[in-house]
Amino acid sequence: MKISTIKELLQAEVVCCEEGLQHHVYSACGSDMMSDVLAYVKDQAVLLTGLVNPQVIRTAEMMDMVCVVFVRSKKPSEEMIKLAEASGMTLLTTDKRMYDACGILYANGLIGKKVRHV
Amino acid sequence: MSEKLNFHFDVDGTDFTSAGQASVQVKKNLRRLGIAPETIRRVSIAMYEGEINMVIHAGGGEADVNVSEDEIEIILTDHGPGIADVEQAMQEGFSTATDSIRSLGFGAGMGLPNMKRYTDDMKIETVVGSGTTITMRISLM
Repeated sequence: MKISTIKELLQAEVVCCEEGLQHHVYSACGSDMMSDVLAYVKDQAVLLTGLVNPQVIRTAEMMDMVCVVFVRSKKPSEEMIKLAEASGMTLLTTDKRMYDACGILYANGLIGKKVRHV
Repeated sequence: MSEKLNFHFDVDGTDFTSAGQASVQVKKNLRRLGIAPETIRRVSIAMYEGEINMVIHAGGGEADVNVSEDEIEIILTDHGPGIADVEQAMQEGFSTATDSIRSLGFGAGMGLPNMKRYTDDMKIETVVGSGTTITMRISLM
């Protein structure tokens, strides 16, 4: 799924790194607990979260993720945007809640754990 | 690469938002050295968890990353309170972090177990009241 499709499905706004919308991603995860993301996530390219602090961007960076979607209309701070821009990470924000946002993406083919080969 | 490369960092313990800067830099340095992406990810996650721990629990410290031909060694040293019961601290889910740290997405008791999981060898030397040194190794062979 293209990140631009994620943006459309979640009626999200692009916060930064719009050029990343052309990237294809094959899996995603949703969590507000960064320790769990660091422990259990593997090869997921997109993080959906309601947590807003710079460690969200650093965690995503450590996991080689290319996009973070902030749910519940959360807005990243200037510092977070700068960190994301420095590593070319696309940030989106949607007014959908975590459960709905994950469900919409999953139902449209963006799966969780395994990488889907297309 | 016959000589050992060393990257040294001072980890600021006063500012949670800056925690992880050293790990980001190490990741960049290792990329430039042409280390395999999966290895880089393991090193950076282990070091990032360690850095977060140093900031949360120990008021900061120092981080050294030594890269040699056959392994990457990460040494994290702090002068914090030490770990009273290492075995307990190594259990997934055990944490002494405060609620304010949990609200930032950490303190789930996964830090030390993660560091062990992502490295080939981890050694904890700790003295209650004077500090902790954690040495982690990741093989490049």
